[in-house]
Parts: sequence; structure tokens; C-alpha cells
Amino acid sequence: MKALRTYILGFVVSIALTVVAFALAQMHLASGHIFPTHELAVPALVALALVQLVVQLMLFLHVGQEPKPRWNLLAFYFAIIVVVILVGGTLWIMDNLTHMQMQEPYNVFEEENIFPHGHAE
Amino acid sequence: MLGKLTLDAFIHGPIETGAQLIVILGALLVIGLLTYFKKWKWLYREWLTTVDHKKIGVMYIILAAVMLLRGAADALMMRAQQAVAVGENVGYLDPAHYSQIFSAHGVIMIFFVAMPFMFGLINFVIPLQIGSRDVAYPFLNSMSFWLTVAGAMLVNASLVIGEFSGTGWLAYPPLSELQYSPGVGVDYYIWALQISGAGTLLSGINFVATILKMRAPGMKLMHMPIFSWTTLASMILVIASFPILTVTLALLGLDRTLGMHFFTTDLGGNAMMYINLIWAWGHPEVYILMLPMFGVFSELVPVFAQKRLFGYVSMVWATMLICILSFVVWVHHFFTMGAGANVNAFFGIMTMVIAIPTGVKVFNWLFTMFRGRIIFKTPMLWFMGFITTFILGGMTGVMLAMPGIDFELHNSLFLVAHFHNMVIGGVVFGLFAGLAYWFPKIFGFMLNERLGAYAFWCWLIGFLLAFMPLYALGLMGATRRLSQVEPQWQPLLIVAAVGACVIALGIFFQVLQIIVSVLQRKKNPAGNDPWGGRTLEWATSSPPPAYNFAHIPEVSGRDAFWLIKQGTSGSASASTGSATSTAGSLNANESAGLVKIELPKNTPLGLFIAVAAGAGGFALVWHIWWLAALGAVLVVACALIRSFDEEVEYEITV
Amino acid sequence: MKKHEHTSVSDRNLFGFWVYLMSDCVIFAGLFATYAVLGHATFGGPGSYELANLPFVFVETMLLLTSSFTAGLALLSAKQGNKKTVVAALLATLLLGAAFLSMEISEFIGLAAEGSGPGRSAFLSAFFTLLGTHGLHVFLGLVWLIALIISVVRRGLTDGNSRKLMMFSLFWHFLDIIWIFIFTFVYLFGTLAL
Repeated sequence: MKALRTYILGFVVSIALTVVAFALAQMHLASGHIFPTHELAVPALVALALVQLVVQLMLFLHVGQEPKPRWNLLAFYFAIIVVVILVGGTLWIMDNLTHMQMQEPYNVFEEENIFPHGHAE
Repeated sequence: MLGKLTLDAFIHGPIETGAQLIVILGALLVIGLLTYFKKWKWLYREWLTTVDHKKIGVMYIILAAVMLLRGAADALMMRAQQAVAVGENVGYLDPAHYSQIFSAHGVIMIFFVAMPFMFGLINFVIPLQIGSRDVAYPFLNSMSFWLTVAGAMLVNASLVIGEFSGTGWLAYPPLSELQYSPGVGVDYYIWALQISGAGTLLSGINFVATILKMRAPGMKLMHMPIFSWTTLASMILVIASFPILTVTLALLGLDRTLGMHFFTTDLGGNAMMYINLIWAWGHPEVYILMLPMFGVFSELVPVFAQKRLFGYVSMVWATMLICILSFVVWVHHFFTMGAGANVNAFFGIMTMVIAIPTGVKVFNWLFTMFRGRIIFKTPMLWFMGFITTFILGGMTGVMLAMPGIDFELHNSLFLVAHFHNMVIGGVVFGLFAGLAYWFPKIFGFMLNERLGAYAFWCWLIGFLLAFMPLYALGLMGATRRLSQVEPQWQPLLIVAAVGACVIALGIFFQVLQIIVSVLQRKKNPAGNDPWGGRTLEWATSSPPPAYNFAHIPEVSGRDAFWLIKQGTSGSASASTGSATSTAGSLNANESAGLVKIELPKNTPLGLFIAVAAGAGGFALVWHIWWLAALGAVLVVACALIRSFDEEVEYEITV
Repeated sequence: MKKHEHTSVSDRNLFGFWVYLMSDCVIFAGLFATYAVLGHATFGGPGSYELANLPFVFVETMLLLTSSFTAGLALLSAKQGNKKTVVAALLATLLLGAAFLSMEISEFIGLAAEGSGPGRSAFLSAFFTLLGTHGLHVFLGLVWLIALIISVVRRGLTDGNSRKLMMFSLFWHFLDIIWIFIFTFVYLFGTLAL
């Protein structure tokens, strides 16, 4: 019975988190991109996704609840490290590349600290 | 019906036709011999359907040996071309053909020689070394092997039907996109690697599970032999990095086959993304190859120096550190491709940092040898060759790790010399050392020492002659992958060609060594423990029985077999006294009565899945859509058939 | 028979399957990274803003989430030895999963029909491949599920079937977790029109 409650709890919380996330996005859209702002919405959506991830990991997949040695948990941590390095590293490198290859708008004066009349503007 | 495949695909120039004939005649020879000696049933029963890790290991090594001949032939052709193609002389290979040769050379050597050879040693040794009866998933093991064979067969098929890719061993876009490589070569490349890559990934999972879950009772992780530790680290890298290769090749395949635009020059594609992803796989890959070889040396140096390994704990830490660090260095393969200083600096520094744990390992081996009593048999010779050349290669690596220097040397022959230094001096010497060390255990008889020494010296001298000039040439400005060269480079390129011939002589001695040793096998039985080993694989007979150990040993410390020989392990079947005759008591059954052992049954499904996958891959290359769909369906069907099979084990009594 | 291995076959199989799932994580990480890099390479075609149909995606999400829940129920019932509930829960999972997949396929067909197929731009290539790979996993999961249902109906809750049920439920929960990131980073971020 306890196990059933775990699944029901996981299910309900996941629904709630999903509804909140969709509502946030819908609000943003309906208000013409004014509320919530990007600065608010992006971290909020990411946080909601991560919370739902943890909820489903713990309540559906029972990660971390195995008897020792906890190889599954260790494998999971390692996968997370690899994912973070791969995605984070890729974003850093490709963004840097895009910038260096001047594939985006670039104000040479600001970037290179060049001011025609010898003083900052 | 047959997609793009027409009779034209079989027509080639004179040199390719020669190669075609060799492949076809070779295949016919094998088929002929099997038929003449009426060995088909034996082959099917004992080898094609086996799930025994020892036999699978042997088959991997045979695959590697056969593909080594093809890769070496490619190398000789390249050296010959570069030695003569100066000025007016265009040599005997046109640039398009030359491109296919250097691409095939790289692909074959890495994916179909080094990887299979390594998996062959790992397959044979690991279960024995950790005191287990088999790997965690014997059926998957068989499937992994046959998937690798399917990939190799696709590469060989490209020699006979169609062409291979001319885009290097990593197939950079935009050159590898349909617009600039409209032929089937890159498609052969993609599917050969996807299919064998799937096999490799499954092997990675298999060995991690085996090492973590199937060690003998009492064998804690810190009691494991170093070869088991390095294999664990390597397999972790396989699991973490091969999916990246799968994704990247899939995206390239989607571009080429379904007209998508991940890496094309138009419609928003980003070719640099391919390079980023492929090297995020590619760098861990070289450590996947190298770490088990470090393990091989850690096994044989104590045995041939007759002294316990120095610094076991630091070896383990160094291994796991290399494992982690190998994930944060990959940009050093493309310093010149436009990233800013901070990105390049970070990855340059991390690349230099990774040399530190490697140095720890080198010192540990040297300290093991210090005050030991060295036995200069063939395995130790290979180690000596490794320790000298690998240090050199490592130092040039640290040079290249500095972005400023790399801007001069990227894609020059200096780079080519560096990575061959690591791969030949490190990986290949390690593979040969491992083979020389474990051959007696695998086959039950000794290899001829004299021929082994000749082979070693030819390889070492040949390697130095073939690649030291390339360092100089790189510094002189010579670029890689050129089919026609500048006159001032010719003298050194001729020296390099001579070196390649000396290596070929080394390979000849190796083949001769095998033949002579087989002929003289009755006179040179190996016995259980020919070298005075320290680890559990030497406790079994040579070759070991199918079930490895009648009684799984109980382990209480490092160098488990050494402890048993000294009589201090407390093992249930430990015997007294001498190291030789009683060493076999772990697999013979002396006083304890009969034991029932469950073994996995043979099955042809691994082979069938690989054949279906290979046929599907071939079909995708030639756009034979119905055959591709059929291949996919058969793979899934075979998997389902296997999942419904309940009777997968049988019992024996020993 | 003396158990000379540390661990049972069941434990070993589950561990291996879990490790396989970790490697699958890396595949999806690569696809997400590609989607992130190519996210704005729309080349005049539709971007994620145009593709984001929130009500539609919400229904898809609920279907998949519920099927993940029913898969969990199936596993619970298997532990209690209740064969009938197991089969019922598995059938529910199958139907919900199939419904999810048909919605996704209809979205794909619709896009392709209006000229916004995967060959239209790098962004669309990345979109179709990320979602398509997830969908392919769902499809193969459904094939596996059918085989599992047949096996349970015919042979009952044997050790082998329980083991396979555990592995399937790991797989199915994992797919729902990947979907969390897909609906967040593709569709919800799409409406933000970043």
C-alpha cells in the first residue's frame, strides 16, 4: 500500500508541476510576452522541469533506494556528469565559435574597446 | 529493386581490382578449406554459435589479425606513393584513390584492428582474472562480436562493390555531405561504424556489469588486478562516449539519406557542430584503447621483474583520474578551428593535466622494475619498447597541447607522427605484449621466443624509421594526407618508406612465429603457469575448461593467485607447497566431490542479428529500401525470439 | 545449488539495463545539445515559436505521464502476484502510449505536408530528430510491451517475466523523464520566443 501511495503521489505532483509550467508559458504568451518576463520564466521553467525530474526519479524509478553498494546511483551520477559536460561544453564552445566567427551582430567599437576620439563614449 | 546498385559498382581501376581479387580469393580459400576438411558443422557448433567468452575472445583476435593485414597494406601503399610522388612524378595513386586509402587505413586500424584485438584480450582474460565463470551477458557478448564482424564486412565489401569514403577516418562535413561526396563511400563508413559501434556499446555494458557484479567472493575492488581496473575504466568510457558517436554518425546519415541539414553548408547547417561532437567521442576513444594496455603492462611488469607492482593504490587513482579527465580535453583536436583564447586555454591546460596521472603510472612501472630481477622474454621486450616510445609520444603530445604550438603543427606530419607514436608505441605494443603474455594460457602452448624477439625488434626499429622522420617533416611544414609531396621532403619520406617495410618484416615474423609455434606445439606445452603469474587466470589449466573454475576461489587480497601459491589465501581448495602442480588444483576436482555447474547454451541468434544488421546496413548504403526494412524487422524479430526463449542454460557435472 | 556469484541474475540484468539507460541519456544529451545549437537556424522557415501548440502538447504530456503511472501500477501488481491487474495496467499503458505516439505522428505529418519537414532547415532537422528519436524509443517500447503482455498472459508471472516487467517499467519511466525535457525546452521555451 505504501508503494501505491508513492506512485500516486508521484503522479499527482508531476501533473501539478506540468500544469504550472504550461500555465506559466500560456500566461507569457497571452500577455504578449510581458508577464512573466523572460528573466523570470526561463529559470522557473527549468526549475519546474528539474523538480519533476527528481520527483519521477525518486518516486517512479526509486533511484538511490537500492541496498549498498549503490552502483545504480553511482552510474546515474556519472551519467549526469557526462551530460552536463557534453551539453555545457558544447554550448560554451559553439557559442564562442559563433562569436569568434562573427556570425552574429558585432559592434567592433564596443567589443574591441576602440573609441575614435580617444575617450570612452 | 536494387536501389542504386548496378554492375558498375563492381568495376574498378587496376589496383582496386587487384585488391578485389585478393579479398574474393581469400574468401573462396577459406570456404574451400572448410568444405574440403568437412568442418562446417564444427565451425557452426563450436564457433559461430558459441557464447563462451574465451572462444569469443579468440575470434576477436583473429578478426583483428586479418584486418591488420589490410590496414598494413594500406600503409605500405601510402608510404610508397609519398616516397616517389615528387615534382613531375604523380606516383601510382590518384588523389581520389589515395584519399580512400588513408581513410580506410585509419578506420580499419582503429575500429577493426585495435578495438577488436583489445576486446579479444579483455574477453578472454577478465572473467578468469576476477574468478568468474563467464561474463554477465553471454548472449550479448556473442552478438557484440558478430556486430563487429558485420561492420568489418561492410568495410571489406566496399572494396569489392562500390567505393570507400575518401574523407578521412572521421569524415568531416561538409566534405562528407552528399554535395561533395555523392558516392556510396561515406555511407559504407557510417553504417560500418554504427553497426560495430552498437556491438562495442553492448560490450561496454557487459564488462562493467561483469566486473562490478561477478567477482569471486572476497575480491574487493581494491583486490582486483590492475588489468581489471583499467578495463573497468575503459568500459565506463565506452558507455559514456559511444552514444555520442552514434548520435553524430546518425545525424550525418540523416543529412545524406533523408536530406536533412545538420552539417550542410546551407539551410542553417553547422559543420563545426559535427567536429565538436565527433571529438567529444574521439578523445575518450583513444583512452578506451590505451587504458587496458596500461593494464596489460601492469600485469606483466611485476611478473617479468619478479617483484610486486609498486603503488597499486596510486595506479587505481591514476586510472580513474584519467577516465574522468578524458572527458574535458576534446577541444585540443580542433584548437585551430576558431574558438577564442579562453576556450583554447582551458582545454590546453586540461590536456596537460591529464599527462600527470599517466606519469604516475610510468613511474610506478619503473619503480616496480627497480631492484627486480628482469626476465627479458617477449612480453617484457614489448614493454621496454613501449616505455621508451610512449614517453616520446607523450612529450610531443604535451607540446601539441599548447594552442600556440598547435597552430603551427595542426594537421601536419608532426601530428601524424605523434598519434602513431601513441597508437603504435602504446596501443599496438600493448596488444602484442598482451598476446605474447596470455597466448600460452589461451592455446596451451608457448610461442617461439626467438621469432618473437625478431618481430619485436623489426617493429621497434621499423616504427622509429617510419615515424621519427615525420616529426621533422611536420616541423618543416609538411601537411598530412597529401598524395603529392614537395621535393625537399623526399629524402625523409624515403626513410619512412623503408621503416614501413621493416614493420612489414616484423609482421612477417609474427605470422611465421604463429606458424612455427603451432607446428612445434607438442614440444612446448604451457602448463598452467608458464611465467610465474600472480593473478587468478594462471590458476586454471591451459587452455581453461569451458566452465573456467570447478570451485570458484575465495580471495582475500591482491595478487590472488600469488597468495594461493604462497598458501596464505585460506581458500577452500588451497593446497600445500609447490607453485606448479597444485596450481592446477583450482580447476581439477580433487577431494570435494562432484559439482553441478550451469552454463549458457550456444545460440545462433547473435550471428543472425548481425547478418540482418549487416544486410540492412548494406541496403541503406545502396538505397535498397525494402532490404533495409527487412533487416530492421529481422533484428527486432530475433530479439523477440530470444526474449521468449526460456531454456537458455544447461547443466554439467564436473 | 550453491550460489557462487555475489548477485542474482535478476540483479545483474537490472543493473545492465540501467547502465544501458544511462547510455541512452547520453544519446539524448547529444540530441538536445544539437537542438540547442541549431535552435535558431530556421533559414526563413518556422521556428519553435510557430511549432508550439500548447493545448496539443499538454494532452500529449498527460497521455505519456499517465501511461508512466499505469506502468508503475503494473509493476506493483506484479509484486503482489496479481496477474489480472498486471495485464490490465499493461494494456492501459499500451493504449495511452499508442495515443501519444499517434498524436506525435499526426503533428509530424502535418508539418511535412505544409513544407516544414525535416529537410526544410537545420532547426527542423534537429526538431524532428530529437522528437523522432524519442518517438522511436516509444514505438520500440510498445512493441516490447505487446510481447510482454503476450508472455504474461501465456506464462503468468514467472521470474523471467517479473524481471522483464521491471526492465520495461524502468524504460518507460525513463522515456517520460526525457519527455519532461522535450516539452520544456522545445515547446514551452518555444512560446517564450527567445
